Amino acid sequence: MEAAKTHALPDPEAVKQAMLEKFPAKVAKKRAKQIVVNRAPDAAGRVPEIHANARTSPGVITQRGCTYAGCKGVILGPVRDILTITHGPVGCGFYSWLTRRNQTRTQGPDDVNYMPYALMTDMQEEDIVFGGEKKLRQAVREAYETFRPQAIALCATCPVGLIGDDIHAVAREMKEELGINVFAFSCEGYKGVSQSAGHHIANNQVFKHVVGLDDTTPEGEYRINILGEYNIGGDAFEIERLLEKCGITLVASFSGNATYEQFARAHTADLNAIMCHRSINYMGDMMEKKFGVPWIKVNFIGAQATAKSLRRIAQYFEDPELLARVEQVIAEELPEVERAAAEVRPRTAGKRAMLFVGGSRAHHYQELFRELGMETVAAGYEFGHRDDYEGRAVLPSVKVDADSRNIEELEVEPDPARFRPRTGPEKAARLGAGGLSFAEYQGMMAEMAEKTLVIDDISHHETEVLLKKYRPHIFCAGIKEKYAVQKWGIPLKQLHSYDYGGPYAGFRGAANFYRDIDRMVNSRVWTYVTPPWEAEEAPEAKAVYACG
Amino acid sequence: MLLRHTPAEIQERSALTINPAKTCQPIGAMYAALGIHRCFPHSHGSQGCCAYHRSMLTRHYKEPIMAGTSSFTEGASVFGGMANLTQAVDAIFHLYEPDVIAVHTTCLSETIGDDIPQIVSSARDAGKIPEGRHVIHANTPSYVGSHVTGFAAMTKAMVDYFAEPGREKGSGVNIIPGYVEPADMAEIQRLARALGVEAVVFPDTSGVLDAPQTGRHEFYPRGGVTLEALRSTGARRATLALGSTASSPAARALEAKCGVPALQLDLPIGLLATDQFVDALRRTAGVAVPEAVSVERGQLLDLITDMEQYLHGRSVAVAGDPDQVVALTGFLVSLGMRPAHVVTGTPGKEVERRVRELAAGAPGPVNVKAGGDLFLFHQWIKQEPVDLIIGNTYCKYIARDEDIPLVRHGFPVLDRIGHVAFPTVGYRGAMRLLEKILDALLDRQDRDAPEESFELVM
Repeated sequence: MEAAKTHALPDPEAVKQAMLEKFPAKVAKKRAKQIVVNRAPDAAGRVPEIHANARTSPGVITQRGCTYAGCKGVILGPVRDILTITHGPVGCGFYSWLTRRNQTRTQGPDDVNYMPYALMTDMQEEDIVFGGEKKLRQAVREAYETFRPQAIALCATCPVGLIGDDIHAVAREMKEELGINVFAFSCEGYKGVSQSAGHHIANNQVFKHVVGLDDTTPEGEYRINILGEYNIGGDAFEIERLLEKCGITLVASFSGNATYEQFARAHTADLNAIMCHRSINYMGDMMEKKFGVPWIKVNFIGAQATAKSLRRIAQYFEDPELLARVEQVIAEELPEVERAAAEVRPRTAGKRAMLFVGGSRAHHYQELFRELGMETVAAGYEFGHRDDYEGRAVLPSVKVDADSRNIEELEVEPDPARFRPRTGPEKAARLGAGGLSFAEYQGMMAEMAEKTLVIDDISHHETEVLLKKYRPHIFCAGIKEKYAVQKWGIPLKQLHSYDYGGPYAGFRGAANFYRDIDRMVNSRVWTYVTPPWEAEEAPEAKAVYACG
Repeated sequence: MLLRHTPAEIQERSALTINPAKTCQPIGAMYAALGIHRCFPHSHGSQGCCAYHRSMLTRHYKEPIMAGTSSFTEGASVFGGMANLTQAVDAIFHLYEPDVIAVHTTCLSETIGDDIPQIVSSARDAGKIPEGRHVIHANTPSYVGSHVTGFAAMTKAMVDYFAEPGREKGSGVNIIPGYVEPADMAEIQRLARALGVEAVVFPDTSGVLDAPQTGRHEFYPRGGVTLEALRSTGARRATLALGSTASSPAARALEAKCGVPALQLDLPIGLLATDQFVDALRRTAGVAVPEAVSVERGQLLDLITDMEQYLHGRSVAVAGDPDQVVALTGFLVSLGMRPAHVVTGTPGKEVERRVRELAAGAPGPVNVKAGGDLFLFHQWIKQEPVDLIIGNTYCKYIARDEDIPLVRHGFPVLDRIGHVAFPTVGYRGAMRLLEKILDALLDRQDRDAPEESFELVM
């Protein structure tokens, strides 16, 4: 690993060619468009074009999951009091049971928390042959009898779509019968090309069936929602702490540490702050159209990013008192983080990281590595779209293919009674001049260095080429990649489950991350890979000599 | 109370499963396929299945799990998965160069009715399968059975595709080890070797899912049963099938295909089941049990007699795979303990019968359910608390809520290590299991003891 410190970076074009060599010709042609050597934005702010949100070639080992995982796992998973029933055979419900580390904090032992429960219809062969609607209806009744929830969500899995079970009709009937809110998600795994389709489907149904049901406006002068924060390892707790300290009211969080009531009242907020652009920009756009709540992109990963995001939120409200309080909080919180960074930096500076994960994390975590003086030499998204890479400016030119057309686009109209524009053109212009732009995201590539490699939907084969050619000091991905990378003697940081650590958001989270990365890139365990008897060239001869 | 909504009163459920004690067939097929040397498991369906299976197996084994998927999107779901599987086979042989691709189906490809042998045969005609390489398959719809029956289906596929009838039966035996850990498969081989029996163990994930840290990722680690060994299974004296749910389909197929007599045994967990396994090896291979093995047996029995007072009459709730809960029931009864509640998620009345039969010698009645879930298991425990729970990681929620010690055993274990490295089969394995049971019980006794009876010597 020491030798790697002075390792010159390879030519990224040559690395790309090395990756493509082994693929069948057709696959190589497609992958060539998904592997891009980055360059800094040109005068018009344009970065190179990347082919993204495209199908994974069959047989090629991918990081990706499915639509059900995006819907049930990502968006619905963190909500503690919507009882979710997976309609399908046992597997999908089983695998999405407690495996995403969505933490939640109930008010007391009697408060509702369904997270430790996995409910499913466990469809059997006869349900596939004769249809599963009857079983689903009965399952909803039994779930209601046992749990008495205020809302039940139904998620479809692959075979449900094929056999044509109408889960939405079942939801409507059960809503009528039980008098609680029951709604369904057609999130069959085969829809779309990755988890991303599931996020969109989840956003649509939560928006249609829950957002705006309760007009009770929470107290507080500055009311915001945080969108796209899922409280892995307690991230949302740290963000909640900071907002409270600043005097900002969190109306709803989508969906870390969230409740049904929060969703129902989300439209009463005055600003949506979006963390994970990919998973939830739909919700931001729809809430703006229907209720007039504008959205801005924020990032609470990294101390500087956190400070910047808090300032942006305060800037929006244009209240000197709030601005002052935010500055005070930043001033209170920053020194400790900076102390932690200063301590760690001599051991981390100059090291190389790679991030292949999620649909915003591969971007956000580059901030933290920058604070450690580390360089991100390659990055990519598991389920990103072109706008996540190139910025929302490309949206009009993104081609809609058959897989995207499958996902319903809701027709959203302003709510006649409750649409309330939060910013007039005057305020928007004023804020714009101050650098606060709405509904904008620059994407990952603009912030990455020249000649870094940007790879969409990276495969295992490409990962191995990267590891061999670059010898990064740390590789960030998920559990499926972890042990293969580590067998190469390179530590892998999971950025989905955080390797069971965290939080990494906010100021305290940043300090946590610094310490974890310091431990990982400087861990002595990697130096033990070669046993002493394999370290020397002619051990036998030496041994004889030693005995003599 | 994390499981605060679980009431003690049991309400009849006919449609809803809550907190399952099983998962789906394909993951078991994937695990079994990893037990063939240079084999690449492939999931024929949409990406999520493969991602979930790889994630879950990775978390359990803490090892790379390499597998492919046909990456179905809506088109394949409508028009069939032939194009996807053909492309996948082509890409896999290009990129990963396996000797065998082991395809298993999912609920999606089963529901649309993809005919795997026909697709593979077309791929072969189209030159997508290099000379001397193989594509085998198992049908594993997720709406049938469980991960254990999926394991059984892929194990049977090994026989269907590779076993060759031999004119003369050799001296060796086949051992189908059942759905157990890599360390268990290694221990089964060690015992066979100790008796001087030449055995083909299949599948064999030892050496694959406990690979060493070498600074280099071997796409195909050293372990796994070889194709040559699989071919030879048809020319052996007998097959010992350990655990009927996981192993009997392959053993029966081998008997039908090649005339190799099948002997069905329980998983060799605990004293008596290991005795049966060792004795079966002795008789089928015509060997004598060496003293070293008798010594191991005696050491186990010695530990049991030494600690019998801490075990006698203690009640245990067991949740797990069917073959596992049967063997564990036998072990617990032999220790003088009482299996009070036994649940497996895999359906099958035979398991209930076997558990009742084995528990008949225990001091008290047993609740048993095959096709049950952990919600019911928890309700039974609420109604009648026990001294110990044995089950997978998901049982930790029940253990915490009810303040009952837990011994982690089975699949999946996500929050501890050891299961991959240390066997629980054989006499040595039983010693380890006994150690874990005693540690849990005695730690609890220490924790709860008033100061005046907090003892140094136990």
